[in-house]
Amino acid sequence: MFRDITIGQYLPGESFIHRLDPRTKILSVLFFMVGIFGLKHLYSYLFVLALTLTVILVARIPLGYLLKGLKPIFIILIFTVGLHLFLTPGQILVEIGPLSITLEGIMKASFMALRLIFLVLFASLLTLTTAPMSLTDGLEKLLAPFAKVGLPAHELAMMMSIALRFIPTLIDETDKIMKAQKARGADFESGNIWQRAKSMIPILVPLFVSAFRRADELAMAMEARCYRGSEGRTRMKQLVYRKTDLIVTLGMGSAMVAAFFFL
Amino acid sequence: MIKIDNVIHTYKKHSDEEVQALCGISLDIQEGEFLVIIGHNGSGKSTLAKHLNTLLIPSEGQVLIDGLDSTDPDMVWNIRSRVGMVFQNPDNQLIATTVEDDVAFGCENLGIESGEIRARVDDALATVGMAGFGNKEPHYLSGGQKQRVAIAGVIAMRPKYLVLDEPTAMLDPRGRQEVMETIHRLNKEEGLTIVHITHYMEEASQADRVVVMEDGKIVAQGCPREIFSQVKLLKSLRMDVPPMTELASILNEAGLEVDKTLLTVEEMVDALC
Repeated sequence: MFRDITIGQYLPGESFIHRLDPRTKILSVLFFMVGIFGLKHLYSYLFVLALTLTVILVARIPLGYLLKGLKPIFIILIFTVGLHLFLTPGQILVEIGPLSITLEGIMKASFMALRLIFLVLFASLLTLTTAPMSLTDGLEKLLAPFAKVGLPAHELAMMMSIALRFIPTLIDETDKIMKAQKARGADFESGNIWQRAKSMIPILVPLFVSAFRRADELAMAMEARCYRGSEGRTRMKQLVYRKTDLIVTLGMGSAMVAAFFFL
Repeated sequence: MIKIDNVIHTYKKHSDEEVQALCGISLDIQEGEFLVIIGHNGSGKSTLAKHLNTLLIPSEGQVLIDGLDSTDPDMVWNIRSRVGMVFQNPDNQLIATTVEDDVAFGCENLGIESGEIRARVDDALATVGMAGFGNKEPHYLSGGQKQRVAIAGVIAMRPKYLVLDEPTAMLDPRGRQEVMETIHRLNKEEGLTIVHITHYMEEASQADRVVVMEDGKIVAQGCPREIFSQVKLLKSLRMDVPPMTELASILNEAGLEVDKTLLTVEEMVDALC
């Protein structure tokens, strides 16, 4: 039942996008996110579409695979579109009982929908083309300047990579616990939402207990392998920031500025 | 050489009552040796193992690793880089999302330069027979493979001693065999000192020396043949004895003299015919 989860999914490849430094990609996504909120016209989204399609093509990510990643946000999408559609005051076009659709509502709803869709698409392009380890390495490097003011950059990156490593393990474990509970007559499928939520407790309790035990053992294994935080630690895979990375970063940065002032 | 001198380890339970997990253990571990420690759950064998790389500190007594005192806080990392440790659950000791990053983890902590780490990682993976798995994700591997990756992660740090705390307990027979073959090869070809902790008797039969623990004490030690021939003692500790050794002991009791230290069917055939 958990096979569809695509968080942190990585599709190995050798494309230009794959080979970019993770810092470039993280910054690009950041610029993209800020820039997309600066867009003022619907036709500006054609540029966004063109940019996204180019990245998809260059990275050779199957479009269907990417679109599948939109499924989880479907409900949020409908919800925000609905809210904007019906709750924006302005020139009334259609009236259905107490609800009314306005021209401004339609505009706002489509803006929101496009923003959400492109945000998710672009962010998943980041995880699809970047190995989890280099993603966390990049994050650590980007946050490193903030370590001086007390931000635990290395610890955050380590936590993230351990979380990514243990997602499949914990999913397997959940599956196992559910089967064990089912074999003893537990029922997860019937009843109302409240009852179903309550039936999750016998899954969550053993899952948490085992997660804590795992954390304990993992910490011991890390210590046994001489782990003592970032102090004196080197990396096997060094990140290299090439000229192309600089060009892409600057390009995305200026695109963001352009989006705010001209589009 | 690791010198364990009269080590006592006590810890407090939740109810504040003190429990003595180790009651005065003394043991010398020689370089290049293949030592097996067997004992039941709660016999203190894992507690003893954790004393070898300062994960636990003795309450009384002393553990010296190549002359370094484990109670000295300045020596902790030095000792841990000498004494590598592999744990029971293969899932809970792999840190990274790919095999090679995991094997590199220990070396990275030691502050080794990146090209050297790469060479050591490839070398270590080849040694445990996992070359070509570098880019795989750990959760796609079998238990035996995961455990061999864990061993690779330790030997990439080039320790002198390898302590394995029940590495085979959670594996299927095939995984167990893979792991046992790997550590025997490390002992013979790389000259690594092995301290293997297990409750499987058959894993003890190929050791240089076997130590039997019970209730925090060493109750017997010697070469496998000497140990196995003490059928009565082992039985009283609820441990399995190789079937032929047990048969030899029964035959002896019944008045037929055969060698009490024999282990295999072939040896029994030779002794009888």
